[in-house]
Amino acid sequence: MTQGSVVTETIAGEVVIIVNGDERRLPAGSTVADLLASLKLDPRTVVVERNRTILRDRSSLAMLELATDDSFEIVHFVGGG
Amino acid sequence: MAHADLISPVTITDPQPLVIAGREFRSRLMVGTGKYASNAQMVEAIEASGAEVVTVAVRRVDLDRAKDEGILHHLDPEHFFLLANTAGCYSAGDAVRYARLSRAAGFNEWVKLEVIGDQETLLPDTQGLLEATETLVSEGFKVLAYTNEDLVTALKLEDAGAAAVMPLASPIGSGLGMLNPYAIRIIKQRLTVPVIVDAGVGTASDACIVMEQGVDGILMNTGIAAAKDPVRMAAAMKAAVEAGRNAYLAGRMPRREIAVPSSPTMGMLGS
Repeated sequence: MTQGSVVTETIAGEVVIIVNGDERRLPAGSTVADLLASLKLDPRTVVVERNRTILRDRSSLAMLELATDDSFEIVHFVGGG
Repeated sequence: MAHADLISPVTITDPQPLVIAGREFRSRLMVGTGKYASNAQMVEAIEASGAEVVTVAVRRVDLDRAKDEGILHHLDPEHFFLLANTAGCYSAGDAVRYARLSRAAGFNEWVKLEVIGDQETLLPDTQGLLEATETLVSEGFKVLAYTNEDLVTALKLEDAGAAAVMPLASPIGSGLGMLNPYAIRIIKQRLTVPVIVDAGVGTASDACIVMEQGVDGILMNTGIAAAKDPVRMAAAMKAAVEAGRNAYLAGRMPRREIAVPSSPTMGMLGS
């Protein structure tokens, strides 16, 4: 288990993050790739923005650990004019 | 058949294909992908339109997705040129953020830039549009800027480095057709970059009249998607864009306020 700041609501061993506006909880140590896998999303078909920074390098997603209070936007292309 | 050569159709090709930012496109009709009853119908309509450029929007993935699975499951990016829009953005900052996200999808660095200024009319915020254009051009984007039919704004967008300027025929989704042909013509005459009329085309005759003004192309969505039979309307729009382009290139006859007979006035029978 990692040392560090502990948010009151956080259960030990979990990270609490916001994804597309909603709270999600994942095991501590989870990466962005784990997050996408838990949402059954193919990294090749979505774009991930973490704390307003776009994660351009898809190959790095498995190395980026989630941190409590991270805010993610996961977007894709939909029909539009 | 003895005279097959006389009745076979003559192939008339466009002498100048549409070129934007150095890229040549096979059709002057660009289409949106919104508002279709089904993805299957959308694909069929796009095929019938002959369009190469298709616009898409960037939105949050629905994480509880019941059906939403993203448009790339239905459109082959090898076959179509995906042009992401910034529809729904009401500030330059938002539009830039959406444009960056769309570029990160990895298809191209093009964006149909919309910065909307009013919810009821969806008319552009031209100040925000110019600001976002400058930012995105400096980041290497090819910006196709959706704007109103104002010449001065169009000139400023060109100066700011827009790859194409996209004046509206009438408000988005209105189907009112071209309200100000004079403004559209003057924009086309004064700009060097391509002028693509975007929004307001309601039916095939609207598309034809727009192309007769000499503009380089048309982008439409609702005019096809909201037709009772979108696939047939897509085919009609394809024909109308080609007809309007050919009519413009052919050069129309002058208008006259009095009749001029088409048949000889000589050689009539004696009374």
